[in-house]
Amino acid sequence: MSNYHQFDVIVVGAGGAGLMAALYASKTANTAVISKLYPTRSHTGTAQGGVGAALGNEGEDHPDWHTFDTVKGSDYLGDQDAIEFMCHEAVPAVYELEHMGLPFSRTEDGLIAQRPFGGHTNNITGKPVRRACYAADRTGHMILQTLYQQCIKNDVNFFDEFQVLDVLIENGAAAGVVALELANRELHVFHAKSVIFATGGHGRIWEITSNAYSYTGDGPAALLRRGIPMEDMEFFQFHPTGIYRMGILITEGVRGEGGILVNDKGERFMEHYAPTVKDLASRDVISRAMYLEMRDGRGINGKRYLYLDMRPETVNRYAALDGRKRPDGSPYVVTGEELLSKLPDIVDFARTYLGVDPVAQPMPVQPTAHYAMGGIPTNMYGEVVIDEANTVLPGLYAAGECACVSVHGANRLGTNSLLDLIVFGKHAGLRAAEYANGASFQTLPADPLEYANQQLDQILHSDGEEKVYVIGHEMKSVMFDEVGVFRTQEGMQKALEKIGELRERLKRVRKPDMGKVFNTELLDIWELGNLLELAEVTTVSALARTESRGGHAREDYPKRDDVNWLKHTLAWKRNGNIELGYKPVVITKFQPKERVY
Amino acid sequence: MEVTLKIFRYNPESGKKPHYEKYTVEAEPTDRVLDLLEYIKGNFDGTLSFRRSCAHGICGSDAMRINGQNRLACKLLVKDLHGAQITVEPILGLRVIKDLIVDMEPFFENYRSVLPYLINDEPAPKKERLQSPEERERFDDTTKCILCACCTTSCPSFWVNEKYVGPAAIVTAHRFIFDSRDRGAAERLKILSGQFGVYRCHTIFNCTTACPREIEVTQAIGEVKKAIGTGSLE
Repeated sequence: MSNYHQFDVIVVGAGGAGLMAALYASKTANTAVISKLYPTRSHTGTAQGGVGAALGNEGEDHPDWHTFDTVKGSDYLGDQDAIEFMCHEAVPAVYELEHMGLPFSRTEDGLIAQRPFGGHTNNITGKPVRRACYAADRTGHMILQTLYQQCIKNDVNFFDEFQVLDVLIENGAAAGVVALELANRELHVFHAKSVIFATGGHGRIWEITSNAYSYTGDGPAALLRRGIPMEDMEFFQFHPTGIYRMGILITEGVRGEGGILVNDKGERFMEHYAPTVKDLASRDVISRAMYLEMRDGRGINGKRYLYLDMRPETVNRYAALDGRKRPDGSPYVVTGEELLSKLPDIVDFARTYLGVDPVAQPMPVQPTAHYAMGGIPTNMYGEVVIDEANTVLPGLYAAGECACVSVHGANRLGTNSLLDLIVFGKHAGLRAAEYANGASFQTLPADPLEYANQQLDQILHSDGEEKVYVIGHEMKSVMFDEVGVFRTQEGMQKALEKIGELRERLKRVRKPDMGKVFNTELLDIWELGNLLELAEVTTVSALARTESRGGHAREDYPKRDDVNWLKHTLAWKRNGNIELGYKPVVITKFQPKERVY
Repeated sequence: MEVTLKIFRYNPESGKKPHYEKYTVEAEPTDRVLDLLEYIKGNFDGTLSFRRSCAHGICGSDAMRINGQNRLACKLLVKDLHGAQITVEPILGLRVIKDLIVDMEPFFENYRSVLPYLINDEPAPKKERLQSPEERERFDDTTKCILCACCTTSCPSFWVNEKYVGPAAIVTAHRFIFDSRDRGAAERLKILSGQFGVYRCHTIFNCTTACPREIEVTQAIGEVKKAIGTGSLE
């Protein structure tokens, strides 16, 4: 049958992790990528500020400093063996991207340019270090383009605009995936020895988000339905600087170049919350500080936003106060032109969406849902592990934002997401190909499409009054209010009840588009189902964790509790309920201590 | 404010001819055209189909003809349209599949035809290949391309013949031809001097006007023409 395909390795998702995995897997195994978007539409392309690697091109730096900063940034929930691996692999990985053609910005000496970013420090002085390797403020765009170009060069197989619906697991091992071809609504079976999930995040759960429409957690939800647990889902990052009301990301690179956050009184309030690194503290720390400022009435005009100020006069005034220097030792002084050339897209976004020229006026910003620290549990080779003992499910891999290695723990540092993609995408690809070359295909079930068809039929036979659009908005609203930057038992209970209600209402949506050609309404309903699954897992995991750590901040349990909670959450969906388990954090060199910036 | 969208509709399964439908919605001046399309799909007609993803002008999914000009629906605000009537149509020159969705394959085929990747078989150094800020600046503008097809599908030469590689493919070629690390310029210039290459460009500038990334597309094409003509990258 024409809708049956056989490959050694199937990669689901064509962002940074998926493309990197495909490049490496295809060197030794017959590989194909399926993606619901054209690869160049993937969300990796929206990453702005940089990819972290201790090259030391603009001041002393070491992979070991990067390791410690990442452990500290994770609020000690990251697995230290995996973090050390990633931070050491970072250096050759960035050189490899450069060799592939990535047009990094350059220093005067022709080296890859590097800028400061939140939480990245000189471990001796505690001051910010230049570790983010950047291509202006479109680093993710350039990574995505470069990797896609390499895939074209290497003749990687693509199935573009195919939506994954189901994963096939036979005899305890991966057997393939089921996907829907958007052009004609036909189902396809991709029979494979290895399956790599690289489907990205699920930030569309929240109302104010930097995430693309397509960020609906399709991979994690499909695996959850097939009995694979999700790890640390209560940890979701809210980036401090989203465009007010729209959530569009304004890179931390703005603060790396000297921009500061200001409240209604004109105060640089981060001085009070992070005296050493101030506006370059970790994202969780800054987002909480912003909420506290707004709660105390110091939002701009009393509203729920603050100013991000990158006007040259502001940058230079505070740089002088901080005693900030250029790498050559001269005082740090910028001009409007320099900021324009380093942050052209930010200037464009501010002009387009805010009507503000950021070198002349401050930008209204608020925290925006940004990044899933949690996801499909894996080890540092990208192998999916399915229980408290880290048992590997043979042939199943995950990498990138959909995965939880865990290198980000309770809070990810800026620039580490792009790094995660290239390092773990590569290793998942290598390991998947190696496994495939020594394994045989699992026998597929008599009707591999059965489960997917059953779920699709439910949607196509729906004939109620509810609108996907409305259900989606109600989910986003309650999740942003109750399972956002700050959380309480009461609020999260309310959210959980609401999610249950919305899941029921989703079964009664109005009769959808029945067409076969680009039925995007069917897709919208499917994706909302995925988001609701993950919203539930997120909330149940968050309710159970009675402490505050990284991105999970509880007003009723404001302290970190290492005695009871220095452990990873695992959440399974069993018989319609979420069941929780826990596994230890890997601690090698750094014992947990208080986290101060 | 109240806004009326007149949207091109075509569903190959319906048996109906392509036509326009009107929808009137309440809009904020700061709403994106994409927000209105989402609202219409969500509330009035779920069959309305269009591509979109990042919603802030980076992924390149939602190129459309809006009031006769190629724009990204997510990068155009209601207030910038200066009127209560908005006409939304698919981009031209590519086969319409359904509503605002067109067949992008010929566009990507053209992209692939210009060897869109760094060519350099010399052994790579242990660290980065050096490149001065000036060398990097030389091709900066054309690295911004998001392959949305706004330029190519605004080009009359492309409308006449979709085998013309089109502005986007030439922009991609430019990005490599003028990269000091690349060694494939001669090969690419040969392709672009052929029957479906740069000489189909008649300097109409539609592409430059259409580019949502403000790339100087016509200038880039001119630089490629010049390189072919002079045999030099200076």
